[in-house]
Amino acid sequence: MSGKSFLWRVDWLILLLYLALSFFGWLNLYSTTVTDTDTSLFDFSTYYGKQLFFFCLSIVMFFSISLLDDRFFERFSSIFYFVGLFLLIGLFAFGETIAGATSWYDLGAFNFQPSEFAKLTTVLGLAKYLSDLQTDIKKPSSQVFAVLLILAPVVLVVPQPDPGSALIFLALFLVLFYEGFPIYFLIFAVVLALLFGLTLMFGPILIGIIYAVLLLFYFGFKSPSIKIPRLAMAAFVLFSGLIITGTTYVFEEVFEDRHRDRFNLWLNLEKNTNELESIRKSIGYNTIQAEEAIASGRWLGKGFLKGTRTKGDFVPQQHTDYIFSSVGEEWGFIASALVIVAFVLLLNRLVRIAERQKRHFNRLFGYGITAILLFHFVINIGMVLGLLPTIGIPLPFFSYGGSGQLFMSLMLFIFLKMDANRLNQDGGL
Amino acid sequence: MQRFVFNILTTLIGLTFILRLGYLQIIKYDKSKQMLDNLAIKVEKTYPERGFIYDRNNQLLVANQPAYDIMVIPRDIQNLDTLAFCEMLNISKEQLDRTLGRAKRYSTRLPSVVLSNLSKNEYAVFQEKMRRFPGFFVRAKSLRDYYTSAGANVLGYISEVNQDDINKNAYYIQGENIGRTGIEKQYEKYLRGSKGVRYIQKDRFNREIGPYENGVYDTLARIGLDINITIDKELQEYAEKLMNGKRGGIVALEPKTGEILSMVSGPTYDPALLVGRKRSKNYTKLHYDSISKPTWDRSILAEPSPGSPFKVLNALAALQEGTLDEDEKVRCYQGFFVGGVKRGCHCGGGLRDLNDGLRNSCNAYFADVFKSFYNKYEKTADAHDSWTKHMQSFGLGNYLGTDLPTGRPGRIPNTAYYDRAYGKNQWYNSFIISNAIGQGEVAATPIQLANMTAAIANRGYFITPHMIKNISDGSEIPSRFKRKRFTTIDSKHFEPIVKGMSEVYKRGTARWIQVPDIEIAGKTGTVENFTIINGVKTQLTDHSVFVAFAPVENPRIALAVYIEHGYYGARYAGHIASLMIEKYLKGEISRKDLEARMLTKTLEHEYAKPLSGEPFEINEYVW
Repeated sequence: MSGKSFLWRVDWLILLLYLALSFFGWLNLYSTTVTDTDTSLFDFSTYYGKQLFFFCLSIVMFFSISLLDDRFFERFSSIFYFVGLFLLIGLFAFGETIAGATSWYDLGAFNFQPSEFAKLTTVLGLAKYLSDLQTDIKKPSSQVFAVLLILAPVVLVVPQPDPGSALIFLALFLVLFYEGFPIYFLIFAVVLALLFGLTLMFGPILIGIIYAVLLLFYFGFKSPSIKIPRLAMAAFVLFSGLIITGTTYVFEEVFEDRHRDRFNLWLNLEKNTNELESIRKSIGYNTIQAEEAIASGRWLGKGFLKGTRTKGDFVPQQHTDYIFSSVGEEWGFIASALVIVAFVLLLNRLVRIAERQKRHFNRLFGYGITAILLFHFVINIGMVLGLLPTIGIPLPFFSYGGSGQLFMSLMLFIFLKMDANRLNQDGGL
Repeated sequence: MQRFVFNILTTLIGLTFILRLGYLQIIKYDKSKQMLDNLAIKVEKTYPERGFIYDRNNQLLVANQPAYDIMVIPRDIQNLDTLAFCEMLNISKEQLDRTLGRAKRYSTRLPSVVLSNLSKNEYAVFQEKMRRFPGFFVRAKSLRDYYTSAGANVLGYISEVNQDDINKNAYYIQGENIGRTGIEKQYEKYLRGSKGVRYIQKDRFNREIGPYENGVYDTLARIGLDINITIDKELQEYAEKLMNGKRGGIVALEPKTGEILSMVSGPTYDPALLVGRKRSKNYTKLHYDSISKPTWDRSILAEPSPGSPFKVLNALAALQEGTLDEDEKVRCYQGFFVGGVKRGCHCGGGLRDLNDGLRNSCNAYFADVFKSFYNKYEKTADAHDSWTKHMQSFGLGNYLGTDLPTGRPGRIPNTAYYDRAYGKNQWYNSFIISNAIGQGEVAATPIQLANMTAAIANRGYFITPHMIKNISDGSEIPSRFKRKRFTTIDSKHFEPIVKGMSEVYKRGTARWIQVPDIEIAGKTGTVENFTIINGVKTQLTDHSVFVAFAPVENPRIALAVYIEHGYYGARYAGHIASLMIEKYLKGEISRKDLEARMLTKTLEHEYAKPLSGEPFEINEYVW
């Protein structure tokens, strides 16, 4: 152990960004949820009061973690992983249903959301497995096991139903690719998704012909730079064929109206303007309100507590998923852009620090939490700005949610602790 | 290498977001749109008080009273103590659940009505405990307050607008009241006034801090105008009391002006029943009473045969056409013969001239008058056209054009009507001889009968009956209510008729109803009354009809009284008419025992007969 105290060795940039984002986030939460009858900041019946409590709890955690052995989490990561899964399973029996989703345990004064905890434990579990000496990500058996590690919580979260959170776990595939998981799977996934969208927009015949021509070219002038196994390639071609021919059927017959409407809105599929207007007013209501609230902020915003749309409670879910609209309205373009810059900085700094970890586990852990943070950031802000379809995912450090705040903080703190101790660590043996 | 990719990727994403932000906040920003729905400005409508309604003597009939609605904003409800709430307002839990469910479905953040029209006392209870029920509040409004229990059919009622009204007239928005029937409907435009708008600036806590831009955009509410109607409150109330337990219609007019002094439909109801919390219950009860039909205004909607008063018109037409010599005598054989079939007459028989015929209401005499009229013309159709024209000139057979929102045309069958029934040129005066005594195809509403009487009282013209007397801002009442509408009969022909009608009162069929010191000209009517019971045409007790005006010279009141199942004309209709005339001209009643009899006697036993399923007697002399 180095003689310098923990606080001296911790990465101050991350800590500062964390504190700045959390504080600014809390201010906005206060603005969206305060009413003129509220008196105390720590009033537990208010959203901002609870959030402040969890923020303080996070700070306590920060110091507690600094006292733990830095290998504590690595050592018990498998146990953590299974505790996380166990808690998710437990929801089916003891879960509390809020707004149609059985995603919480009722702990009296507050509710506990195990999917937030599972994000941390899954990162731990995956990092542990991938850093194991016997794991070779080039081998199919390891690949399958790693994929299963990620998919296990997904399978448990989807039926809650909470597809947004489930999507977040998929961020961990980025870690796999980072670690050498064959990159063509990523390419396949992207191409298949593109095919789905393009077929919706332009119809199966046109896309089918273009795609077939492209495939012929590909096989005609096959480049040797990326080796793709024949089996995978065959499966890919089969799948892409299925998607081109089956998209229309799935879209019309399997999807429900609400799903269809989201795609219609996002991809501008609906040509009938009346129909489009009605979709915009129903399913697109959140997005339109959010966009208008943001637009009304202009350069400098209307000022703290002065956002009329925020006050009028016009944007649904503005204290959770849509909180960024309040930032846009009350603080304006400059501050909103700064928040985006801060997130980008934080993400890049995290990767930078992850790369300087000597221990493989620590490095993987860093990648894992970065991937999760990245997904939260991209999907949430993309949705609020109307660039992505509506998917319910909170914005870290801003959105209301005790479990989210606590475990997102914990992830960062655990990683900060690892980093602070990196000089004392060996290569991972 | 990988970190480099990551750096580029995240930077690109960040840039995309910032560009999108810039597009939304700087480029796409639409100022006009932002101004339009500026949420910090609240638009508040101010409602004027509805105008009062006074009678012709400035007696107050309808005013306003404060009432209170309990409102709820569903999302503000906290820890609702359902039991205490229900007990306090005396409603059931199911009712509360239902209302709250409906309120939530409408909107969780807009106010909905939980309970409407609380009285002051109920409101006081709630106000004390209101603090215990967050989310609930009280909205004050104004309800109609009636200063008379009479005239429900005249005054009409108001109720909240429905979607139809809103679609038809953009002035109205949800929750406002609109006149539904009667005066309230007809003069809605004056009574309601017009609402004002206030723009109120609010602060960040949604508190109102004052008028927006010092109120330059505000408009003031214009108060509802008071109106006087031509009804005489005392006469109306008295007439309704006389109608106790009787069905029928009474209309009394001032002949010189066409003003409606009273308009009664029996049975009626207290207008106050259709105000307040019990309104819906009461309305249902009244509306679905399909036997006595209290909401059906018999004075302007019922179209019975006019009966003997119609003889007067036939005589007038015949005088005008020159087919009737008032002194020529006709023999009555206690009836008369039509195509070899004897039709009865109850006048006693003998030789009758016009005066006699009127006085004793001789059917044979008027059948002869009718025949002579038609014999003047070569073709029945031409005669009938002439006859129709004369009858219609008295306001019969078509809508009168009153200022009541409803009405009926009655019926004066024209040539085409009979052509349809019998074939062109295939009918003769003997086919329609019943019209001579007002029993055939002719039909008239009580207000038409009263108007016809007014035309006789005026010796040849009438003014369209109307209700409006004065509007408080001095607006002119429509000119059509001042214009004389002349009949086709020259005024000189009225004298023998008026003389005969006053003989009816002095010595004839209506001699029983004489009022000391008042000269009345009248005509009784006894209308045969048939109905169908279990598919069998059955005769019921006759309808009692009386039309009259008084005084004979310079008449001040003309009226028609139609009492269903009242037997002969003088029995109910005549007595009631005489009491009303006495009340109106003298202010008090000298014949107290007659008054008491009319006030207490009901005809419910007559109305029950056809429904009883038992065999029954008609036209009994027992009181």
